[in-house]
Amino acid sequence: MNRYPLWTYLLILGAIGVGVLYALPNLFGEDPSVQITPVRGAVELPEIERQAIDALDEEGMDYFATEIDEERVLIRFDSQDLQVAAADLLQARLGNEVTVALNLAPATPQWLRSVYAEPMYLGLDLRGGVHFLMDVDMDAAVSQRLERYQNDFRNLLRQERIRYGRVEVDGDNRVVARFNDAADRERAFDLLRGEYRELGLDQEERDGQYWLIANIPEEEKEEIQRFAVQQNITTLRNRVNELGVAEPVIQQQGTNRIVVQLPGVQDTARAKEIIGTTATLEFRMVDEDHYPYRGEADDPPPPGTVKYPSRNPRYGDYVILEREVMLTGEYIIDASSGIDQETGGPEVNIRLSSAGGDIFHRATRQNVGNSMAVVFIETRQETREQNGETVRERVRTEEVINVATIQEPLSTRFRITGLEDTSAARDLALLLRAGALAAPLDIIEERTVGPSMGQENIERGFMAVVIGFVLVVLFMAFYYRVFGLIANMALVLNLVFIVAVLSMLQATLTLPGIAGIVLTVGMAVDANVLIFQRIREELAAGLSPQQAIHSGYAKALSTIADANITTLIAALVLFLFGTGPVQGFAVTLSIGILTSMFTAIVGTRAVVNLIYGRQRRLTRLPI
Amino acid sequence: MWLFKKTPNLDFMGWRRLAGLVSVILLGLAVGLLVVRGLNFGIDFTGGTVVEVGFPEPVDVAAVRGALDGGGHGDAVAQHFGTAREVMIRLGPREDEDAEALSNQVVETLRDAYPDVELRRVEFVGPQVGEELTEQGALAMLGALGCILLYVAFRFEYRFAAASVAALVHDVVLVLGVLSLLQISFDLSVLAALLAVVGYSLNDTIVVFDRIRENFVRMRKGTTEEVLNTSINQTISRTLVTSFTTLLVVVSLYLLGGEVISGFALTLIIGVLVGTYSSIFVASASALAMGVTKYDLQPPAKEGEEQEAEGEKLRP
Repeated sequence: MNRYPLWTYLLILGAIGVGVLYALPNLFGEDPSVQITPVRGAVELPEIERQAIDALDEEGMDYFATEIDEERVLIRFDSQDLQVAAADLLQARLGNEVTVALNLAPATPQWLRSVYAEPMYLGLDLRGGVHFLMDVDMDAAVSQRLERYQNDFRNLLRQERIRYGRVEVDGDNRVVARFNDAADRERAFDLLRGEYRELGLDQEERDGQYWLIANIPEEEKEEIQRFAVQQNITTLRNRVNELGVAEPVIQQQGTNRIVVQLPGVQDTARAKEIIGTTATLEFRMVDEDHYPYRGEADDPPPPGTVKYPSRNPRYGDYVILEREVMLTGEYIIDASSGIDQETGGPEVNIRLSSAGGDIFHRATRQNVGNSMAVVFIETRQETREQNGETVRERVRTEEVINVATIQEPLSTRFRITGLEDTSAARDLALLLRAGALAAPLDIIEERTVGPSMGQENIERGFMAVVIGFVLVVLFMAFYYRVFGLIANMALVLNLVFIVAVLSMLQATLTLPGIAGIVLTVGMAVDANVLIFQRIREELAAGLSPQQAIHSGYAKALSTIADANITTLIAALVLFLFGTGPVQGFAVTLSIGILTSMFTAIVGTRAVVNLIYGRQRRLTRLPI
Repeated sequence: MWLFKKTPNLDFMGWRRLAGLVSVILLGLAVGLLVVRGLNFGIDFTGGTVVEVGFPEPVDVAAVRGALDGGGHGDAVAQHFGTAREVMIRLGPREDEDAEALSNQVVETLRDAYPDVELRRVEFVGPQVGEELTEQGALAMLGALGCILLYVAFRFEYRFAAASVAALVHDVVLVLGVLSLLQISFDLSVLAALLAVVGYSLNDTIVVFDRIRENFVRMRKGTTEEVLNTSINQTISRTLVTSFTTLLVVVSLYLLGGEVISGFALTLIIGVLVGTYSSIFVASASALAMGVTKYDLQPPAKEGEEQEAEGEKLRP
């Protein structure tokens, strides 16, 4: 009566095989390594790898593996000292074309990676790093847009020679324009309605004056806010890339929050500065007499011009630009990359606000046939080595990112064509969009964990799991003898399964997550305790051992299910309402409950059946 | 080895008035403590900044406090955290703009006095986040209790559901009382532990109720009280063994897991103890007080069940 069919054993063996396979990568640890990412796709990865290897060989630094994955070159080292030294060397040699970051790359063997078996991802509290939660100022996003409308309205009315009293933003987040007579207002109404379809326009008459009231509809407001959060995330991502952080996490949380996690970053002051960097764009005419530039790097620019380095060698090392700025980047409303309908080449579509369009139209009308440059300006704090000392200074980077010929006078919408390839177009659109933050960011939560602390947390958490585990195992073996040993096998298997599932999900393991595992170990034996206690009862009631086993498992089942489902409900609620650390705990607890149901019921029964199921003359059970 | 040589026959129901009195007194004390002393809410809920620093040598907290005072952080609370080489500095929430720069200033200030100071951990939580968390925490607790109530009502009966929730509220209030008594910092992880206690204590209670349900069908002769008594006696070995194994791991977590996790572990230790007590003495007594009788919970297919129950006893 206590026999499982063969397929059940095969199923269990299969589950064990999969569990062990996916839990395995966690045993291999990590290699100290250096990752090199090209800045904005400037250099090819194999080229970077070659240069890096040359530099390392030259200095006699031993590395044991290099590899190229999607967007980075990874070089592995034997020791942390070597890793740090190599990172410094590589950043110095490879220069500004790349960002070099320290990384701890999983030392998972290739055959495991080929089946997508990866180790668990350690949370910041275990590996050290910075966690920021930032709040996007949504009201500011809307009020900035209102101000822009106000400016645009003024310019448009002036341009169309419509006389107006004043245009302002009122307390109800509306743009109101006052006119002295109805005809002017009528014209303005028609004009604005045609130009700004997204706005709700109303007319009003009071105190003998004529008002035009523009309000932003709710959906449009939501759109503005969504856009603001998205753009801020894009901007932050770009900036974090500048920081040289391995595996940063930048995610939206809720409607108006952004989470930034920078593993391994200790200097929060620097991180905050970089995140808060301001970047902008300028459009200037190229000095055609000196284009392309043939002078030396330190030649002074001709009078009335400025000299900027070029990001792209296509435009030479330097480009001489006219001193006068045609337009600044704050007029850019949107930028997107696309395909030029005529040539099939990549292009970037740019949309300016109406005020920007006017300025741009005037400026470009006089310059048809000439070249215009897009300059990227960024202010940031930089740390560098000088005479053996670390020096910090504010650095203003000004770079020409694009030079293009003006084909015809440009207005609110124009295209930049003649870009190298689609990825260059995408990058440029991104940069244009991500030049500045769309709305102010406030850091509302910060959690920093030092690296030694992270290491300590791992060791302590691991120790707690091991000791707790060993104590439970000893107790079970002592109290339930052979059956206790069987339960212990299930406990070990349960631990393997939890680790395997966490690895498969690529869930983040945090300290509360370890606590969840520890708690599961304590509670996982509960199912077996229930079963064994029941078997003892049945034996005491005079049932034969075989019957007692059968009846014990059968009767305990509904109790185990009820008890575990209620705990699962609690874990689920924790997950739904909780954030970060609480969720981590809830996830491991839920996984633990589910896997323990399998190991404690099916797993132990399989072993019990295997040992006792065929013994017809079984007279007593070692329980 | 057996905890009880055979199923014990202890008169738990007879002690229910005494146990009820003890519980009421303890609940009164806990509520009193919560009102008078309150909970020591951590910065997760109040907002503020916590900076944890490590020193190569043991340091005097008073000296650290002095250094902070000199640096313009007079409101900082400094205390040893774990060992004498580690100090935790806590600053209240600030309204001013540069609250986020505060942690950097604190470290700079300390670095002037102690060049070897090592930053171990920084937590800054804005006041708005704190408010949200308090709200979310309360919601999570109510949500969990509500869902559990529904499930138990569905699986058993509404009076069992009410009794199990009564036991849960009893446990949560008592644990909160102990947290208040010991002034343990109530942060997110402690909240998680509290919810785990809810899950755990419920687990215990459900096991007992499950047996009560089974025995209502099987024991036709006994009174309701006798059935409850038998059920508790039959499950007590399991209750104690499971509590013991769970305690083994949470105590090892408390002793070895480090300071960050100690509040969490301590809450669980208290919760497991209280939960074990309540599933033995409070839950069933509450169900009885709610008017549960052995005629409840008898499934419609009563006849078949009876035969099954009697048939089993007849087997050799």
